[in-house]
This record gives sequence, structure tokens and C-alpha cells, in this order.
Amino acid sequence: MFGLGLIKGLSITMRHFIESYVYDRKPWEPRYSQEWLEKHQAVDGKGLFTIQYPEQKREIAENFRSLPMLVYEESADEPRCKACGICARVCPTQCIWIERATDEKGRPKAKPAGFWIDLTICMSCGFCAEFCPFDAIKMNQEHEIAVVDRDQEMFYDLEKLLVPVDYYAELHPTDYAREEEKRRAKDEAGRNAAETEAAPRKEKGPAAPKAAAEARADDLKRIEGIGPKIAGVLQAAGIHTFAQLAATSAEGIAQVLKEADPKLLNLADPTTWPQQAKLAAAGKWEDLKEWQAQLKRGKQ
Amino acid sequence: MAIDLGAIKTQLNEAVPGAIVDQEGDWLVLAADQLTAAAAHLRDKMGFDYLTHLSASDYADRFEVVYTLYSTRPELQGPGLSLKVRLPDKADAHLSSVTPVWGSANFQEREVWDMFGIRFDRHPNLKRILLWEGFEGHPLRKDWHEPYYEQEHKPFKSRWPHPDSPRPRLAEERVRWRSNVQYPPDFDPDPARWEPIPEIDALPGAKIDINGLDTEQIIINIGPHHPSTHGVFRMVLRLQGETVTSVYPVMGHLHRCHEKIGERNLWTGNIPFTDRLDYICPMYNNFGYVVAVERMMGQEVPERAEYIRVIMGELARVINHLLLVGFMFNDLGAMFTPMIYGFAERERVLDLWEEAAGSRMMVNYYRFGGVARDLPDGWLERCRKVVDRLARKVDDFETLLTENEIFLSRARGVSAMSWQEMANLGVTGPLIRSAGLEYDIRKVEPYSIYDSFDFDVPTHETGDLYDRYRQRIAEMRESIKILNQALDRIPAQGAIQAGKKPWNPKVPAGEAYSRVEHPKGELGFYLVSDGGTNPYRYHVRSPSFVNLGALESMMVGHLLADTVVILGSIDITLGEVDR
Repeated sequence: MFGLGLIKGLSITMRHFIESYVYDRKPWEPRYSQEWLEKHQAVDGKGLFTIQYPEQKREIAENFRSLPMLVYEESADEPRCKACGICARVCPTQCIWIERATDEKGRPKAKPAGFWIDLTICMSCGFCAEFCPFDAIKMNQEHEIAVVDRDQEMFYDLEKLLVPVDYYAELHPTDYAREEEKRRAKDEAGRNAAETEAAPRKEKGPAAPKAAAEARADDLKRIEGIGPKIAGVLQAAGIHTFAQLAATSAEGIAQVLKEADPKLLNLADPTTWPQQAKLAAAGKWEDLKEWQAQLKRGKQ
Repeated sequence: MAIDLGAIKTQLNEAVPGAIVDQEGDWLVLAADQLTAAAAHLRDKMGFDYLTHLSASDYADRFEVVYTLYSTRPELQGPGLSLKVRLPDKADAHLSSVTPVWGSANFQEREVWDMFGIRFDRHPNLKRILLWEGFEGHPLRKDWHEPYYEQEHKPFKSRWPHPDSPRPRLAEERVRWRSNVQYPPDFDPDPARWEPIPEIDALPGAKIDINGLDTEQIIINIGPHHPSTHGVFRMVLRLQGETVTSVYPVMGHLHRCHEKIGERNLWTGNIPFTDRLDYICPMYNNFGYVVAVERMMGQEVPERAEYIRVIMGELARVINHLLLVGFMFNDLGAMFTPMIYGFAERERVLDLWEEAAGSRMMVNYYRFGGVARDLPDGWLERCRKVVDRLARKVDDFETLLTENEIFLSRARGVSAMSWQEMANLGVTGPLIRSAGLEYDIRKVEPYSIYDSFDFDVPTHETGDLYDRYRQRIAEMRESIKILNQALDRIPAQGAIQAGKKPWNPKVPAGEAYSRVEHPKGELGFYLVSDGGTNPYRYHVRSPSFVNLGALESMMVGHLLADTVVILGSIDITLGEVDR
């Protein structure tokens, strides 16, 4: 019968039409909430899947990459970058320039004095991060980067490129954990080798008490929310072990962080740390892990 | 089935004395003055009726024009026959055209003329194709330097601060505008006195006979900024009443010097650039390039990486065909409904790509000897859900469109073409299969691990618009079949990269043409290496570009209203046409 194919086809559009009412137009449900969004954009989602940008934003994937950034650990004066220049060479658009630092005698040091990236021609390929042997250059996820004057504002120098390692750990937790694991294994191997070498000479001297203190110190980074930088700050304030951390109140920790660097409090929230440290000090790793899985960057 | 070069040499030399002058590895060197006779013999007597790739390269003492021939005969399908012609006289390089023998040479010879300045005698219309008439110089010659030229190869030395210039400078500052832009000798760059070249008169058959006052004939210019040309593509149509009598495609508006940049780049550096060729399915462009380079390097790929590659590649094929069907109906007037349905499914695949590769479109995921990074946790389960969903959605598309009477009456019998004619014009991929030729590179010349999958090569009969649509639907089903097998069999653990991943791999000296079955047709890379870290010559044989060569034959005799649908059914991406 002529027209049957048309009617069959219209049944599909009709289904979509009805689905959009069944799944979207529920007056008692808020539209465009986060739950709504997740439901609709899921693999088995139906109905509308558009969102109200910029009021509402999609959660971006952990691997997502936009533009490069440089990572530092303790302070911005000591970036991880060793100015080896592999990123500048592998860059397909050649948008990276590096100037190596020199010491007072004019000999080159393994440190950049200047680092520029012309982000107007960067193609976000991620090669610089992929081939960096020091994990120093990483891909940022900042993607709303419209500026008024592209020549001036999109030409990033060291100051604009440097970010703390906690920021990186927050963006790429999986990659960060893997790299830290690798680094720990390497450090351990290095320390073991050094110890066997240094063993006969390690009888006395000023290094011994310090080494003992370090041996007693716990790895504070196992607390969810504490990165290498904050761990350093806490140790400088005399908090070396989980027991010490558990004995400090959240306000006390916040005070310590604030004194070291006011910006740290934007990155971290110490509310749950004493409780976490209590579990850690008691050796209840299973409980701690379970609890940490529910936490998001140390927040409840 | 491998080709017996010795037998071909003897046979060709017997038929055309002095045709073969030399042999370089797998390449036979033809004598320039015997080319036409040898070409006719190769096509008619030896079965090489399918010239898919023609390009050239520039060496210090000669030009070389290279041809890669295949056959549609079942017993000869498989690896191709590679020929080349040397042209030692660089000042006056010319060669007889093979367009009368293989129609597919038409556009590709024009491209060689455009890029290298090699003239093809007796070519029907030897005009520039990607650049404009009046462009000064032939850019792929090694002595031609682009504006902002710095050095022959990346990495550029200026990226390490020099005592003379301690601060890095923007490209615009390093070379002032116009200081190294080349103009024709008599060109006046003052815009006030500049006159455009009267291009419309230069088009073949474009002139209307004013004396006869034949008001029935009109010329219609579609594009370059026309929504139905799928990008910046221009068609000059000559109409008799409402019937198309000639078509002249004008392209190159999106030319981005892909091949010139490719010669400057490191071998690795070209991978992200291939994303920008066919931006609908970037994964497959990556695939084609790394397969070509790996063949030259003799690089092995771990099993898990091969599975990941196939999964990504087939996902690309499904979304390419979904979008094509959607856009084709857009062109037919079924505004947006099928297209938006297709886009909604594509989003799910792009989510998967973003999770795995880090980007939705510019994926840059394949590496020589593996892939860039391993799949995140739970990716395969999500992928399986998406594949199941895609299978359901392909069924939906069938119900929605296949029996639609309006579509049937618009599409049946329009632009039908035999596969013999398509093969002569170098058409590849779903188009030629829709006309009845069972030819799929995944079957006839398997690469990666495609030979271990169980799938069919669907074909249809007439090659009209309706068969082209059904062909795409059938191919999506086969892709989903491959995806399901790959998801079942992918090893849960294992390396994704063979050995250490070097940032500047060296490729052994040599030249090779290598092809893969891109969703749009045959995607080939002709690469020449001098043993260094950069390609000496980097040519992309893009399916969209060569398939456009059949545009005129497909359109002439049909109605103006059908032209946009015919163009849509060829499935072009302008990023790939213009490179």
C-alpha cells in the first residue's frame, strides 16, 4: 500500500516525540538538574540530551586535554622542568620556546629561566606531555580561554604556565597516582642502593637523628586531600605522623595551611583529615579506603 | 596474491618494446615516451583497470611521477602494481597524460601540475585544481618556500633563544608580512588596482552563445558558501532548462598546505595533522598513516593495541555513515530529523573517544607500534553498551527511511552508474560497492588484524542514490559485527605499545604507497623517506578528492534539484578534498 513506509517511518518520530514528554516534561521534576543531565546523557538515555551551557556544564573526561601547563612541587621557583627541550622539539607546530638558566659562572643549569608557549598556534595534540621524561609538562583542562588580545594574552610565559602539583593531581588523579607509584618505586630502589653503599659509614654524625625522625614519619599523602605540597607544609609545622595529625583539630590544620600559603585552602579542605588520620594511625586501612572512596578531595 | 614483477616486466616489454627501463625495489620504471602504449596494454591486456593513486615527487636531479595500479578482476585483486616515470629535464618537465586510459588520472594529474609544474600533454583540462590560476610557483617543489619559511625541517633552530633575540617572537614579528610572499612578475599587489581573473570564461563550455540568444541555457553557481555543499566547495552548473548539461567543480578553498607541512614535520608530528583531514572520522586517518609508516619501518604492533585500533576505526565508520545518511536526507529536504538522530548517536561515540584519547575530534590517538594510552577502567563495558545502542539505532534508521515512498521516488534510478565506469574514474569505497563490485581493502589486502574477523562485503546492484543509502546501512551492520567480535576477543591485559615509544623515530630510506579502507573509500599514503626523522615526500591520496572526479558523470542528465543529493551521496569532507 502506498504510504505504508511513510507511516512506519513516522512511528519512529512519534516515539521520539512521546519519549521527550515521558522523559523530559515532568512538571514536578526540575529540568536541567545535574541528575537530569546524567540520566539523559547516559548510554541508555532517551529524550533530549542538550544542556543549558554556560549555566550548566558537562563533566569532562579525566583524560581530556586542552592546553599545556608546567607543574611545580614545593615552590614556583623550582619547577619539575629540567629544560631538556624534548617538548620544544617534538611539538608539531613548534609553539614552545625554552631558555635554560645559567649559574653565576655562566654554565647551563637543568632549569628553565624562561618558558614560553604561543597558545594561538598550539594544536592541543598533547605530545609535549606525552614525551616529557620528567612529568613536568602536563595538559590542562581549562577550555574557556577566549581573550580580547590574542597576541598578548595567549602568549604564556612561566608565570602563567606554572601550576602546583595538587592542581594536576586533581585534574588527572589516575595518571598522577600511577606516576607517583613509579616514582616511589624508583626512589626506594635508589635509597636501598644508597643505603647499602653508605652502610659502613653510617655510624654517627648529624644525619643520623634526622634519618631516624624521617623513618618514624608517616606518609601523610595517604590522607585523601593531602598532596606533596601540603604534606611538606605540615611536616615543616612539626606534624610528621598520623597520630600527630589526628591530635590536631581541623581548625588548627587550616591555620597552619593559611600561614604557609593562603591559596592552599582553596585547594584543600582539612575537615576530615583528623578523622582520616585516626583511622590511619590505628592501621585500619580497609576502613579508611572505603571512606576515602566516598570522599571527594577530602570533602564529605 | 602477490604480484609477479618479473612476469609483468617480460610481458610488457614484449608487447611494448622498451617500456620498462629499470626496477627500483618493488617499483617498475617506465620509459616516458612509451607511457601511453604501456598504459593501454596494462589496462586492456593485463587487467590493471583501476588506477587509484597518481602523484609525483621532486628529487635533486629529476621529477618522478608515480602510479599505483590495481585490478577489479577477482584473481588480480590484492597488492597493486607500482610504476614510476622519471623526468630528468626539470626545466621543461612534461609527460603524456593517462587520462584517456584511466579517467581517475584527470584530477590527480591536475594536482601534480598544480603542485609540481609537470605538464601533461593531451590532458583535457590542465588547470590548477587546489590553488588558483595566477598563483606563482609550484609549492611542492623543494626549492619553493612558503611565507614564514624558516628551515627545511622541524625542529626549528629559532626555538632555542639566540643571543641576537633573547625573547621568542611571534611568527608575525619574525617575518614581516609581504617580505617573502611571492607574486607573479606582473602582479600589482595594490588592492585598489587589482583585477580578478575572469575565471568563468576559463571554464570549459561555460560560455553562452550570445549571438544565438539561447535563453534556455543558464549557468548556476552553487557555493562555495552554500549549505548543501558540505563545506566550502563550488559547483558551476550549466543547465538546459532544468537538466544539468555540464558540471565544473571548483575546490581548494580549504587548502591548508597539508603535504608541504607534512614534509617539514617529524614523522610523529604528522599524526595530529591527519586528524584534520577528514574531521568526521579522525581515528581512521590516524590509522591509515600509522599503518603506512609501520610498513616502512617493519614495526610490530601488540595484539591489544591492534584490537583497540580496530574498535576505534569501526566506531568511526559507523558514525561516518550515520552522519552521511542524515546529511543526505537534509539535502533531500527531510530537514534535520534524521541528521539530528545521527548526531545524537555520534555524541556517544565521541564521549568514548574523549575518555580514551583525550579529545572528541582531534584525537591524535594512534602511535607507531601502538596507541597513545591504554583504555580507562570500564571503557570496554561502556563501549559495548554504545555498540548495542548503535545496532538498535541502525534498525530505527531503516524503519524511518528505507521504505519511505517520497525517498524512493526521489532516489530510485537517480545517478545510477555501472561499476566499470566508476572503476575507470577511480571511485572507491561504499560508492563502487553500491554499484556491484565486491572490493573492500579489508578483504583484498588485509592490514592490522582485519583478516581474523568474520564479516561480509555487502554490495548492491545499480549504484543509484537508493543503493548508495542502502549500502551505508549494510556497512554499518557489518561494522557492528566486527565491533562485537573485537569486544569479545580483546585481551584484558597486555602491552599497548611495542617497545619504547621514541619521539623522533627514523624511518628507513625507501618509498611506499599504502592504503586502508577508510569509511569514504581508499585512503592512501605515498611516503618517501631519505632515512631521516622527517618525510621527504608525504602525499595523501584522499578518497573524497578522487571520488569527486566522478561528479560530472553522475550529475549530467539529471535535474538541478538532484545535484545536491548526488553530491551528498558521494560523501565528501572538504578538509580531505583540499588538504
